[in-house]
Amino acid sequence: MTRVLLTITLVFSIFCSFACVQKGANTSTSTTTGDTIKVGVYGDLTGQTSSFGQSTKNGIELAVEEINAGGGVNGKKIQLVIEDDQGRPEQAKTVVSKLISQDKVQAVLGEVASTNSLAAAPVAQEAKIPMITPSSTNPKVTEVGDYISRVCFIDPFQGSVMAKFAANTLKAKTAAILGDVNSDYSKGLTQFFEEEFTKLGGKLVAKEAYTQTDPDFKGQLTKIRNLKPDVIYIPGYYGQVGIIAKQARELDMTMPLLGGDGWDSPEIWKLGGDSLKNTFISNHYSAENPAPEIQNFVKAYKAKFNVEPDSLAALAYDAAKVLADAIKRAGGTDSVKLKDAINSTKDFAGVTGKITIDKTRNAVKPAVVLELDPASSKLKFKETISPEGSAPAANTGSNTNTAAAANSNK
Amino acid sequence: MDTFVQQLINGLTIGSIYALIALGYTMVYGILRLINFAHGDIYMVGAYAGFILATSLGFASEPSAFGFVVTLVGSMAIAAAIGMAIERFAYRPVRKFSKMTTLITAIGMSLLIEYLFVFIFSGTPRSFPQLLPNSNITLFGNATISTSQILIFAVSILLMILLQWIIFKTKIGKAMRAVSFNINSAKLMGINTDFVIAFTFALGSALAAAGGVLTAQYNPKIEPLMGIMTGLKAFVAAVLGGIGNIPGAVLGGLLIGAAETLVVGYGSTIGIPSTYRDAVAFAILIIVLLVRPAGLLGSNVQEKV
Repeated sequence: MTRVLLTITLVFSIFCSFACVQKGANTSTSTTTGDTIKVGVYGDLTGQTSSFGQSTKNGIELAVEEINAGGGVNGKKIQLVIEDDQGRPEQAKTVVSKLISQDKVQAVLGEVASTNSLAAAPVAQEAKIPMITPSSTNPKVTEVGDYISRVCFIDPFQGSVMAKFAANTLKAKTAAILGDVNSDYSKGLTQFFEEEFTKLGGKLVAKEAYTQTDPDFKGQLTKIRNLKPDVIYIPGYYGQVGIIAKQARELDMTMPLLGGDGWDSPEIWKLGGDSLKNTFISNHYSAENPAPEIQNFVKAYKAKFNVEPDSLAALAYDAAKVLADAIKRAGGTDSVKLKDAINSTKDFAGVTGKITIDKTRNAVKPAVVLELDPASSKLKFKETISPEGSAPAANTGSNTNTAAAANSNK
Repeated sequence: MDTFVQQLINGLTIGSIYALIALGYTMVYGILRLINFAHGDIYMVGAYAGFILATSLGFASEPSAFGFVVTLVGSMAIAAAIGMAIERFAYRPVRKFSKMTTLITAIGMSLLIEYLFVFIFSGTPRSFPQLLPNSNITLFGNATISTSQILIFAVSILLMILLQWIIFKTKIGKAMRAVSFNINSAKLMGINTDFVIAFTFALGSALAAAGGVLTAQYNPKIEPLMGIMTGLKAFVAAVLGGIGNIPGAVLGGLLIGAAETLVVGYGSTIGIPSTYRDAVAFAILIIVLLVRPAGLLGSNVQEKV
């Protein structure tokens, strides 16, 4: 009997000590009052890419706090209903259904990962509830229907930005791609990087793939190493990318590694460390930008959450502000009027640049290229690259202040 | 040539981890004829135990050999205790029932551990601290090996030698061999079979935990579901080597690791995309079951009734 008791105590104490180190869990707000506008938020608050979900939630909360402190929208306060989809597409679909049918939200904000937005968007479209994704960059997301829009640029642009940067700035002649085979985001970036890089006269020497559950990436990297590309494009998420960079450096591969906004997470420094030297990503904004609206946002965010806002937080902040602005212009939350108001957003001054929703409900904005600096765990601004045939970088609030920016714009 | 050597090093690194886990599958099967599906999750538990030890004892900030050894041994001890507890409370009560009952219990146990950890730690991956400084060593040409890989090889070999010594040179090892030969006779000869079985679980769990900590040094991201795929592959490794056979588990682990890495490296030349690395292990499982069900080193005798 004593042995049984001892074992129980032992097991119990082990689990208790595990529980002690656990970080505070997330809860969703669910008080209902009369004069509020309910807005649903869904994201990966836990799971493989949870830093994305957390940043997004923070950005939205900061924006809503500011809006409510300023008297709300049309005299009504915004109330958030936040759901965790664990980064799983099927779960994203379920929680958005729940937000719309049970919580009766009037608009939905989310998701970061394109795969998850694509799973949930048809639900919102079907129910005629406007959905704004802060940061899903795959073109297919807004093609779901007229109730779905976004405040970020899309993959063709992001993929081609890095191709241009590789060919023009880094003078790369050859490139290899190592992409995530299960992610719509990664597949999109791969396709458009390849197209643009080939168009600019570069040669793609290898196209390799990995899955998120791979135990290591050295197999693919060794294969790429043999072909000696000038750069490697790794359009993936920070969880894998940090380790890919580490393992590439272990294989003595010193060439620049390029990526997209999926790398942007404070977690990447812990996973990749010094291996992240000589890596560059395309992104939505730079926290280093001295423009006052950006610095005010950075300051408010830091004061509230004690971390530097990544681009996903900035986009989420913008998405919430765009939604509030549209509700104001629509004079309420009638779903047709609200949708039209969102879709006719023009020159909205956001932290991540001037936001104009085009006829395919995408925001047309320039991208910035940032260099990762493991010594300071910061993203250093390199240059701005504008979308062709659209507004020049000069009229985008966020990125006008550097000489480098002016030089690199066509 | 150096590319092939490099791929082989890559493959054998993961293979060693599979081998460490496969040993637990094979020992438990050898003694109880039970496939302990929760074993892959013990590998994850080991990684988390190491993470907690390293961060709470302050080894995370400063790499040191002492910190690594304490973390490794500590997490092995914790996993051994948890392994014994699982055996005591989940498997022993159903041991007398049909094989199907114990198998279902094992699957249930696996899900319980996975989602208990999701509940406690959330599904968010954690980054495992670097406990020893990592650097590269160039072997020849382009072939390099990192110190974290050498660590995996060295610790795995050391533990396997230790295991071999326990099984063949100690009294408890003799008892384990007797129980695996015939559990009822062993009991009649005065062997405390309950204790031997608990000890087997402890041993297997400790090895899996070592695999977890070593992997976390090499690939510093841990999450509650990391044991599923790795555990399945280690199980395939055990079957490939001949389940119940200890050297077979090591051989199977190394072969599976090498096979999947070579598929990534050279598969596309024979038309197998590199993302089929997971499929390779299961293709091997099917082929082994069809061609040589006893596995490579398993003896091809009829099972005793």
